Parts: sequence; C-alpha cells; structure tokens
Amino acid sequence: MEILEEICPDVDFETEKALVDDKILSSFSILSIISEINDAFEVTLTPAEIIPANFNSAEALWDMICRLKG
Amino acid sequence: MKSILEYLENSAERFPDKTAFADEEQECTFSVLKQDAQVIGSRLLEHGVIRRPVPVLMEKGVQTIKIMMGIVYAGGFYVMLDGTHPVRRLEQILDTLQAHRMIVSSENMEIARSLHFTGSLITPDELLQGEADEKGLKAIRDAQCDMDPLYVLFTSGSTGVPKGVVVSHRSVIDFMECFTDIFGIDSGDVIGNQAPWDFDVSVKDIYAGLKTGATVQIIPKTLFSFPMLLLDFLEERGVTNLTWAVSALCIVSTLNGLSYKVPASLKRVMFSGETMPIRHLNYWRKYLPEAMFVNLYGPTEITCNCTYYILDREFSPGEMLPIGRAFPNERVFLLDEDGREVTQPEQKGEICVSGTALALGYYNSPEQTQKAFVQNPLNLSHMELIYRTGDLGIYNSRGELCFASRKDSQIKHMGHRIELGEIECALEKVEGLVRGTCFFDQERNKIVCCYQGNLNRKQICAELGRLLPEYMIPNVFRQVETMPVTKNGKIDKKALQENYRTYKK
Repeated sequence: MEILEEICPDVDFETEKALVDDKILSSFSILSIISEINDAFEVTLTPAEIIPANFNSAEALWDMICRLKG
Repeated sequence: MKSILEYLENSAERFPDKTAFADEEQECTFSVLKQDAQVIGSRLLEHGVIRRPVPVLMEKGVQTIKIMMGIVYAGGFYVMLDGTHPVRRLEQILDTLQAHRMIVSSENMEIARSLHFTGSLITPDELLQGEADEKGLKAIRDAQCDMDPLYVLFTSGSTGVPKGVVVSHRSVIDFMECFTDIFGIDSGDVIGNQAPWDFDVSVKDIYAGLKTGATVQIIPKTLFSFPMLLLDFLEERGVTNLTWAVSALCIVSTLNGLSYKVPASLKRVMFSGETMPIRHLNYWRKYLPEAMFVNLYGPTEITCNCTYYILDREFSPGEMLPIGRAFPNERVFLLDEDGREVTQPEQKGEICVSGTALALGYYNSPEQTQKAFVQNPLNLSHMELIYRTGDLGIYNSRGELCFASRKDSQIKHMGHRIELGEIECALEKVEGLVRGTCFFDQERNKIVCCYQGNLNRKQICAELGRLLPEYMIPNVFRQVETMPVTKNGKIDKKALQENYRTYKK
C-alpha cells in the first residue's frame, strides 16, 4: 500500500476497484508499480500477470503478489 | 511539390479503398480521408485560419487525422495539445499561440472550457458537415508556399515556458522524400504508431503512411502498460514497421513482452528520442534476428531526424551505438567552442545542422530563435542558417558520428525531452518551499529533487501536478536542512549529487 501511495498520492486505493478500466492509473504509474513490486517483493512479473484485471485494485495486486510468493 | 496534401491526394488516387488510418474503434480509407478533410477544410474557410495556428485538443485517432488534414486544406497549421497536461501548461501554450479558434473533441470539452481561452471552441462534428467547397480550397492552395508552416510542436523550455517549434511543408517533404526510400517503406507496410501526436516521432508515421499508401495502425496508449495486449494488437493488425521512442521499446523488453509473442510480420524497428541501451537493443534483436534495426537521431527543430544508422554489426553493453550519417540534403557537423569544425575522431563538438530541414524557429519567440538558429560560423560569404542542437557528438574510429552528452541541463526521461530548468521554475512556485533544485540519476532513470522547506513529498507533488506534465514530476525527493552553495552563491548541485550517491549506497 505504501508503494501505491508513494507513486500516486491522489488516488484512494482503499476504495477504488477499477483503477485501470476507469483510467485512474496512468500507464506511467502502472510501470512504476510493476518495477516497485519487482524490487520490493523480489518477484518478476511475467507478461501473463501484467493484465488489467490484476491492476484494477490494491486487493487484486496483493492477491497476485501472494500467488507469486506462495 | 509544395504541400503535403499532395501525398494524401496521390495515395487517394492510387489506393482509394485501402485503409489509411485505423484506431481501436474505427478506420478510414485514403479516399474517405481526403473527402472528409476537404469538407472540414471548407467549413474552416469561414473561420479565416490561413497561416494561423489551430490548436487541436483531441486524442490521436482516425477523426483527428481528418481534422489535421482539414486544417491544412484551409491553409492553417495544426498544433496538437495533450488534454492530460495541466491547465497551466496548456494555457502557456495557448498564450504563445494567440489563436482565435480551437478544435476540441467532446471528451475534452470540459477541460477546454476551464482554460482561459478567449477564442471560440469548435467540435469536429460541426466541421464534418456539408459539401467540399472546391473553388475555395483551390484558391487557398494556389496562394500557398512550401515554406508555410505545417505544424507547431511544443517542447520543454528552460525558462519555464514551453517553446513552439514551427515546421514548414518544405521541411517535412524534404525529409519524407528520403526517409521512406532509404528504409524501403512502401504501400505493403503496416505502421504501428506508438508516438503521441504532439511529438515529432509521430510525423514519421503519419507522413510515411500518407506518402506511400501504407496503413497506419494507431496503437491505444493504454496497451503500453500491458505487454500481452500490446503484442496481440501488433499481431492482429499485421504491423510490419515500428518507428518508436526508445522508451517504448524498453517497456516491452523490461516486461519481457516478446517471450509471450513475436509478431510474425514485424520486419523493421526504428528508434529515436534518446540513447538506446544496448542490453534492450540486444533483447529485441535476439527475438527478431531478420529485422532491420535503425538508430535515428535528431531534435524536433530539424524535422524528425538528421542522421541514421542501420545496424550492421553486433554491439555489447558499454559500447557506443553510432547515430551514423546525415540524411541526404542535410549537413551535419561538429563545432568546437571557438566555432571551428571538429573532424578528428574522439574529439567532442556540438552537433550542428543546416539544410531545408531546419524549422522556422520558435513561435512568437524571436529571442529564443536567435539563440539556437544562427549563421554558420564556417561560412562568411552568404547566408546559411544552422541549428545548434546543444548535443555534443564525437566521431568514432570508423568515422561514424556518435552522441556523447548534453551541453546544458536538458535530459531525456521516459522518451520526453525535459529542461531541468523548467522543473526548477515550477519548484519556485510551490508555496512553503524555500529552495529547490533537481538533477537526473541516469543510472536509475530517476529525476531527483532536493529541497529545503517544511513540506513533504505529497504536498510538493500536488502543487507540481498543477504546473507540469506527469513525466516531469521528480521521482525522488530529498529534504535538506540547508542548501549547499558554491563560491558564487549558486546551489552546489555537484555536492548534492555526491551526497545523494553516498546515501544511496
């Protein structure tokens, strides 16, 4: 969550559920999120994971990270 | 040939039913593009836009190219604006242009109304009505000269105000006549357009398509975050040619997109905008061993590119990728600080360009124009303007030109050309901030801001967001107790950078 707030201070990540579909996240911020996730959780997101469904909410992002770590 | 409209008209004659432009939702043929542009141009006649700028606040797309060509039919020149830019920046641009009309898509109407713009707003639908006024359009064309402006593109200015580069029909024609031939672009090509249309990279896609009859597939911006969707799009649309910003190619390689799919018809990859990292280049070449790769170099002020290098050998990380040789009808050379030509290898000089590729200067900004567009100091006999790029270049031992560094504090970040001075100007406007400065961390590709004042990152970002586009907002903020200063009382950037480097470790 801290990562997300650092990248986009204006977005309410608690409530938003369509971050990508409603164009709340710019392509620029999505890329920053991917690179921060790779660094912070020591994972490497593959093209198959980088799809809108996984980036629509903080929850979806977290689920994806857990899957990769698990 | 004196108008780029001849490209459109020739292609409409040769390939009337072939798709000219396609976006996510719609497409249009060359003949429809021509007809609609003529209708739009006819409606614009009564607005009196001859040799005047017409700002266009629309997303790139099929309808947008019709509007752009319509403006040209009416004798005006287009200025593409990005609706995601802050209001303040859009207003600065509009103030510079002093335009009396602006064309705005319905999605951007709310933004347009919030601007301090006193001219009238026109929607595309209003213009796409009725018949073409052939007599009226012919009169405009007869009076046109090839040195009339075709477009203005705005780029970062170190004084805090964006500069509008004015480019004529002549310069675009001069470039296009060589560009498509050298790289073998023809009507069989499908051009995958990545570059935003307020960027000079897009000029190559748009006019290569119009000239040769190749189809331009406009790639939605959102796909660049999602490699699978992007590569599916390229595959489905049969894209053969990418003329992309380096940063866009690097997105695909960073996200390992080609491991998912390599578009079968892709045969040519050209890149420009900043230095291509060899590691990323090699990634692309590994997946596309048969494709032609071209490094293109040049600032907006000389119309797209002035040098090119078709890759003919392997490079390993750390090696310098040449920017190659000049395009025909352009003279590219190095000048040292005393205005003498540099011809010896491994010696730095400022890259200078002369030829009809030169822009017509910066719009409504004679002072800035005179600084960058100057008489060739090597020529004392007659008038010969050159553009001083501010880039330093060297010749390698093979005699190929290479980019070395910048003379000033301009940087390239995420494909954008940014003057650090413009960010610093914006920092000065942040209330509560005592002093601020920034520098670029090349290694990590981040803009670092050091500031003094009782504010946090969030507060500064919110304020900067009102003044600057997203890509200009610093990525790292460091608060300092006091700013180190040099003997002359200037902020000691070197000390800040060293401090930052030690802290990082």
